[in-house]
Amino acid sequence: MDSFFKIERFSCGYPGRFILENISLDIPKGQFAGIIGPNGSGKTTLFKGIVAELQPLSGKSVLKGESIHEMNLRKRAQNLAIVTQRIESGDMTVEEYVLMGRLPYRRQFQFFESQEDYSIAEKYMQLTGVDNLKDKSMNALSGGEQQLAGIARALTQEPELLLLDEPTSHLDISHQVQILNLIRRLSHDLKLTILMIIHDLNLAGEYCDSLIMLDNGHLRKMGIPSEVLNYQDIEEVYKTVVVTRTNPISGKPVVFLVSEDVMAQKKLDR
Amino acid sequence: MIVKNKKMRKRNTKWLLFLMALIIVLIVSVAISLASGEIKIGLFDIPSILSDNSSIEYAVLTKIRIPRLILAGAVGGGLSLSGAILQGIYRNPLVEPYTLGISGGAALGVSIAIVSGLGGISFITLPLFGFAGAVITLFLVYFLSVKREGLNINNMLLIGVMVSFVSSSAMMFLMSTTNTDNVQSIVFWVMGSLDESNMILIRIALYSALAALVLTYLFAQPLNALRLGEAKAKHLGINTSLTIRLLFFLASLLTGIAVAVAGVIGFVGLVVPHLIRLIIGNDYRVLLGGSFLGGTIFLVLSDTVARTVIAPNELPIGVITGLVGGLVFIAVLSRSKSHFKLN
Repeated sequence: MDSFFKIERFSCGYPGRFILENISLDIPKGQFAGIIGPNGSGKTTLFKGIVAELQPLSGKSVLKGESIHEMNLRKRAQNLAIVTQRIESGDMTVEEYVLMGRLPYRRQFQFFESQEDYSIAEKYMQLTGVDNLKDKSMNALSGGEQQLAGIARALTQEPELLLLDEPTSHLDISHQVQILNLIRRLSHDLKLTILMIIHDLNLAGEYCDSLIMLDNGHLRKMGIPSEVLNYQDIEEVYKTVVVTRTNPISGKPVVFLVSEDVMAQKKLDR
Repeated sequence: MIVKNKKMRKRNTKWLLFLMALIIVLIVSVAISLASGEIKIGLFDIPSILSDNSSIEYAVLTKIRIPRLILAGAVGGGLSLSGAILQGIYRNPLVEPYTLGISGGAALGVSIAIVSGLGGISFITLPLFGFAGAVITLFLVYFLSVKREGLNINNMLLIGVMVSFVSSSAMMFLMSTTNTDNVQSIVFWVMGSLDESNMILIRIALYSALAALVLTYLFAQPLNALRLGEAKAKHLGINTSLTIRLLFFLASLLTGIAVAVAGVIGFVGLVVPHLIRLIIGNDYRVLLGGSFLGGTIFLVLSDTVARTVIAPNELPIGVITGLVGGLVFIAVLSRSKSHFKLN
């Protein structure tokens, strides 16, 4: 048992179409890793491969020495939790929804929730700050609150590895920061290992311990944000001209975009 | 079982009271149904009638009303349960047992039996052909929907609707080429009737409905997880493909049996689960039992109306379920402040 979570020469895709090819990653326990890359570069496909929604064409993903694809569904759900972009919960209360996270632990003929289920759900609703909403219908929540409830549900699964698919898309900056601060706290305080897909390069650079840049189904670069977020790589992968600087307060990399007409007039000083 | 959590205890009490209320309503409906008819029977006379097996009333009760009551209960409960299950696995509020072509297939089977003259051979021929039609349709829909990447739920629904159209066209073809007597028999069968005197068929309907209720309860939690969608239920460790396949077959077979014995009785599988959802919510642990009881009550009462309102003649039960069910449903939906929610 050398590494915590590892993907080895992993390829997967949809029938007749290769999407991800030969991806290898190694993520230590407690790390908060961001996955970046343009649309269609294979970020969500990588997630589907990790949670075994797609069968690997070659290679494997290994969590604590055990191949994820060989785990049964229950065990997988006890080890891996995923929060998707859209939280489709239908008409149920936040508490009912969060309690769903205990399903992988339910015994064969256990019909009702146990006291433990309730206390674990309560604990994570408090941690994510949705406990005051617990009797509200999921449909009545704002996008940010739904994401928080989604995270609470995922934490209630008590996973080893948490996967987040663009938790901050469609949110304003205050909710973006609220959610990312929470996720960072989870990785540092609970030593939870987190993989997060994120489009916003500046948020990715500010919050993540490491970044994984995908390009057209291949792993382009992996490392700490200041290594990955350089203008050469970004321009090649995103086909967009950018300027990079350093955030004067946090010392993290920041990426600026430049509009077409300004670019025509100025020579960029990168 | 000691339940420590206050909230859960409150919820379970609510569920229990709801189911008990339904049982009380069912008992009242059964009493009304037994008492009403051309020969009036006083409710409190029933015990004394049953102890004297020479009277006309005894014969009316044991040979006509009780078997009919049992069949109404079994068919109503079964259809309503099927509706609740199918709406759950398809996550679509408009699915009912007949959407998937089961009734169309059964009706085509019966039409073939009637037109070919096989229907007259034995009391069992029509139900057998009906059931065979239902089962063939069910496998047709299933295997046409299985693709390389697995079972496609939306495809399945569409194929079911199409199979339903094809079989009703085939049935109309048969009707247009046969004599009027046969057409009348087909139309009568399609409208549905609980007038079935064969105890074996009634027993089959009853036992299969009860067995299905017990079996579905083993899948109450997977059905709840499916409220989040197939992919998300899978992320929670639910074997969704097994759940969906098994419940699909269970619901379809149950519908097939109901249709074979009682013909096409519409609206039960659509209206009853919805009303139950509106009252008690969408948790399948209470919804399954509630739908079963609700369907039982609905059909027992509908049948009582159908056979008394224009006595000595009898209205087709489908007319009552459609009229009453549809109107009540519209009234409830337009009065309820919250818009309709499935999950």
